[in-house]
Amino acid sequence: MIEEQFATGNSFIHSLDPRVKIIAAVLFSVIVAVSSRFLALLPALAISLFLVAMAKLPIKKVFYRLLLVNGLILFLWFVLPFTYKGQELFAIGPFIATKEGILLASQITVKSNAILLSMIALLSTTPIFSLGHAMGQLHFPDKITHLFLFTFRYIHVIYKEYRRLTNAMRVRGFAPRTNMHTYKSYAYLVGMLLVKSYDRAERIHKAMRCRGFNNKYYSLTQFSLKTEDILCLLLMLAVISGLAVLQWVITT
Amino acid sequence: MGHNNLIINLTGLSFSYSADKPVLDNLSFHLHRGDRIGLVGPNGSGKTTLFHIILGLLKPYSGTVELFGRQAKEEKDFREARKKIGLLFQDPDDQLFSPTVLEDVAFGPLNLGKSPEEARDIAMKTLARLDLSGFKDRITYKLSGGEKRLVSLATVLAMDPEVLLLDEPTNGLDEETEDKITNILKKLELSYIFISHNFDFLSKTTDRIYTISKGKISSDEAMAPHSHIHIHKSGRIPHKHKS
Repeated sequence: MIEEQFATGNSFIHSLDPRVKIIAAVLFSVIVAVSSRFLALLPALAISLFLVAMAKLPIKKVFYRLLLVNGLILFLWFVLPFTYKGQELFAIGPFIATKEGILLASQITVKSNAILLSMIALLSTTPIFSLGHAMGQLHFPDKITHLFLFTFRYIHVIYKEYRRLTNAMRVRGFAPRTNMHTYKSYAYLVGMLLVKSYDRAERIHKAMRCRGFNNKYYSLTQFSLKTEDILCLLLMLAVISGLAVLQWVITT
Repeated sequence: MGHNNLIINLTGLSFSYSADKPVLDNLSFHLHRGDRIGLVGPNGSGKTTLFHIILGLLKPYSGTVELFGRQAKEEKDFREARKKIGLLFQDPDDQLFSPTVLEDVAFGPLNLGKSPEEARDIAMKTLARLDLSGFKDRITYKLSGGEKRLVSLATVLAMDPEVLLLDEPTNGLDEETEDKITNILKKLELSYIFISHNFDFLSKTTDRIYTISKGKISSDEAMAPHSHIHIHKSGRIPHKHKS
């Protein structure tokens, strides 16, 4: 199921307070997402690459994760340059590529990779449950925090239920084919999973109420800010402000 | 027995999931302090439903629930009662939702307003009591079936209840884990009701066994568990005898 491949490690980034990492990752992504100049975007990409290097993550696995997103971006490269209006650069048959289109596609590519890499470096180096608790302590809305934690906890249970059901189908001779029977069976499977998940959610809520749950989730984990955490946060804030300056203040 | 010792007093409960088939039909039941009761009945006879009504998780369409001498109607009445009545669910996966065992056991005490330190302390002690100290940092969804059951029991006991309602606590357990749970429960000085199909287990842990059927519990037909020693081939393997 969801493996937290990068969550354990002993790099400096792994040891940072999760709250610092969340603040840095959120601010960084927002600034990068709204930036449009390469003057700001390229340094941002360099910063996130640097963070990944600092976290000492296995390059191959990071690359594989990037591949998933860049697969989607590849489609943009097929479409955007030829559909965006602007100055003609070259033409393939009837399709005319514009300079603006290519710039926009590159912008999106740099942006997404920068954001993704920073998320990998900062967020996936934290165990999911610590992230959840950190979100709670940062006063994220309770609903989001609970949703986040419960999704992670119960996706395993739902996955097991899914396996049980598919195994039960298989031992009765079910093999997926391109026919109505297959579609119908899969529809039943998905429907059954939905119903079962709903029932389970009800039961869990009941079990929690029996143990005095009152819509407030308390945590045993207490994070403590170390000097390095504060210094790091300040540094990240300075770097992020630097990106904002490059985007909006400096005139070229 | 005096009125003060009456912990659970159910009168005239009726409940149904669908209009044509009542699950509970004008059911009455009492639990006094110190009672150790086993509840048996066929599948779908309303045993679990009864537990859920006692704790206010389901609302009966008629009848009254009186807990600790006070009628419980609203969610807030039940909320008070839940602090003193612990319910173990049939499926431990419904009960264990925290990342680690320690956090799950501490969940109840934290809800009762204990500080994180106190809650941690209570959780550690409860785990030690069940011989589970080594489990505190284990990930709940990676535990085996038997381990999950023991940890669920710990989550209930950590709230220091006066009454235990256990819903098929030995279901799907191997002999060793079943013995372990039996021994833990025998030592508890609590009042309790256990739902089970396992007569062997009930005879060791309870004083009286009630049958629920056709929506009613009839106490006149209470069975008294007792044991006979007898010998036959393959007698070591758990088995049942006709009547």
